[in-house]
Amino acid sequence: MGIVSGDPTLERIARGNGLALCATGTWTARFAPLLERMVADAEKLGGKAPNIVIDASRVSKLDTFGAWLIERLRRSLTQGGVETEIAGLSANYSSLIDEVRRVKAEPVAETDRVTITGMLEQIGRSVAGVGGTLIGLIEMLGAVLAAAGHVLIRPRGFRLTSTIHHLEQVCWRAVPIVVLITFLIGCIISQQGIFHFRKFGADIFVVDMLGVLVLREIGVLLVAIMVAGRSGSAYTAELGSMKMREEIDALRTMGFDPIEVLILPRMLALVLALPILAFLGAMAALYGGGLVAWLYGGVDPEAFLLRLRDAISIDHFIVGLIKAPVMAAVIGIVACVEGLAVQGSAESLGQHTTSSVVKGIFFVIVMDGVFAIFFASIGM
Amino acid sequence: MAGEISDAIIRVRDITVQFGKTRVLDGLDLDVKRGEILGFVGPSGAGKSVLTRTIIGLVPKIAGRIEVFGVDLDAASAAERRGVERRWGILFQQGALFSSLTVRQNIQFPVREYLKVSQRLLDEIMVAKLGMVGLKPEVADRYPSELSGGMIKRVALARALALDPELVFLDEPTSGLDPIGAGDFDELVRTLQRTLGLTVFMVTHDLDSLYTACDRIAVLGNGKIIAAGSIADMQASKHPWLRQYFHGKRARAVMG
Ligand SMILES: Nc1ncnc2c1ncn2[C@@H]1O[C@H](COP(=O)(O)OP(=O)(O)OP(=O)(O)O)[C@@H](O)[C@H]1O
Ligand SMILES: [Mg+2]
Repeated sequence: MGIVSGDPTLERIARGNGLALCATGTWTARFAPLLERMVADAEKLGGKAPNIVIDASRVSKLDTFGAWLIERLRRSLTQGGVETEIAGLSANYSSLIDEVRRVKAEPVAETDRVTITGMLEQIGRSVAGVGGTLIGLIEMLGAVLAAAGHVLIRPRGFRLTSTIHHLEQVCWRAVPIVVLITFLIGCIISQQGIFHFRKFGADIFVVDMLGVLVLREIGVLLVAIMVAGRSGSAYTAELGSMKMREEIDALRTMGFDPIEVLILPRMLALVLALPILAFLGAMAALYGGGLVAWLYGGVDPEAFLLRLRDAISIDHFIVGLIKAPVMAAVIGIVACVEGLAVQGSAESLGQHTTSSVVKGIFFVIVMDGVFAIFFASIGM
Repeated sequence: MAGEISDAIIRVRDITVQFGKTRVLDGLDLDVKRGEILGFVGPSGAGKSVLTRTIIGLVPKIAGRIEVFGVDLDAASAAERRGVERRWGILFQQGALFSSLTVRQNIQFPVREYLKVSQRLLDEIMVAKLGMVGLKPEVADRYPSELSGGMIKRVALARALALDPELVFLDEPTSGLDPIGAGDFDELVRTLQRTLGLTVFMVTHDLDSLYTACDRIAVLGNGKIIAAGSIADMQASKHPWLRQYFHGKRARAVMG
């Protein structure tokens, strides 16, 4: 009876008035599924014999999986009232069995289950959370304003380098994509306008539509949405991963205010960047629209400009530019609140980045509605 | 370096690793024998973690050859590589636990991927591994961000051992553990080596571990192995860094 390598087996041999279970072969993780089945079969032997010996002398290789399964077999047979012992282990392997013997039998049960009440509870909590979100945003706004005030009193605390760095990230580097997209949108609006207005012989009115739409609404709204997606998400991810790695705590313990060091420069950069981008975007959209009107609609540039001068007043332009910094502030505050709310896990970082963009865009559109009512009532 | 070792489980030949212009490893040779515990020491920033990561294949090398389990990792097919990866376990210096999984899921993850076993066995093995690294089953449902630094190390070790690997890479396993925990850890590594025939590649600064757990010690300096041998060889060495390391105040304290 030598050591057998290869697939594991568990033979039953009658021995006196008892039973011997002879384990052979390789009892390792590789064969775990097979071993588990063999052990489950053998567990049913409880009650067939007064005493059982698990003979492991012919096991060629044993690891934690094998050792645990042997130990599990011993336990369940003993529990069934059979006197069970493990025999024939080499010194090395018996210390492994000793190691797994300390394992507590009942593993702790996994808790999270999806239930109807659980789902309803979730919905309830998220509705109740809306109030909390608003309060969080207002708190952050207050903290940022306080930090700004602090910096105004003590200008040496202002982080110019950091602000310029963020300005480069959110403004300068965003110019190409913003200009490209708004240019294309201008082209599309113009083409659609001409196509439909032509039926009434009103081609030239496309200029009115383009001017008002681009300067007042689309320009700033579209750019704000792009900025929320591009820079809001970046802010959340940056602050969130700093939070995860305790960098923000480190800053605080050194006596710095994270709002002043991290958030104020970012907010400022965004508030400066959005009007600039909105202006560039509006120009690109007008240019694109004009180009299409000329090439597709036959409205030559001179006529276009003349008409544009009549159609729009400076009010439209001012309305657009007033909205831009407010929207930037909303995007920035949402992004920073979400970034600081990140918990320890990568999943949480992802969730907060997503919700930063979603909430940012939502609030931008809500603000746009509020502004529309406001400007209509003051007659601008 | 000593001559060829026939039963080397890791065989590193002439590897060079460079980041930009700084050369971290420069024509390094190293053998790790099957079944030994190799302690790997060297000054901070010498490139111990980089060497470990290069062997595992996480850092690209600009020259050299690495064989693990006799498989040349550059020439290996994807299937061969997976075969090798299933047989080794790695403890990263920072733990590298999956932050969005609980301790239970972290430990079960490799097992679930490679073996088709029941949830019951998965749970039992998880509890066994937690016990081996000295943790209570109660921590199973916590997330990594809710653990202490030492607990993270232990869970990461439990995950590295989840599939009962033949070879483990440990990057400073005992840093962040209390001395008793570190002692238990050395004991555990010894037990596993004896019972499972585990080969251990252990980067460490812990003199106690070097004395009690390691069979052989290799020293990294200037991008090369400057010495390799038993603890006695190290103590006898004339190399200035080694003399300071093994005869400094702390070393004398350990040796009593
Ligand atoms: N991704 C990387 N890019 C550039 N340099 C790196 C990179 N990773 C490591 N280095 C450099 O390589 C050198 C070796 O680093 P390594 O982490 O291996 O040190 P170590 O020996 O493990 O030190 P310690 O004992 O402190 O952990 C260091 O100088 C480090 O700055
Ligand atoms: Mg290191």
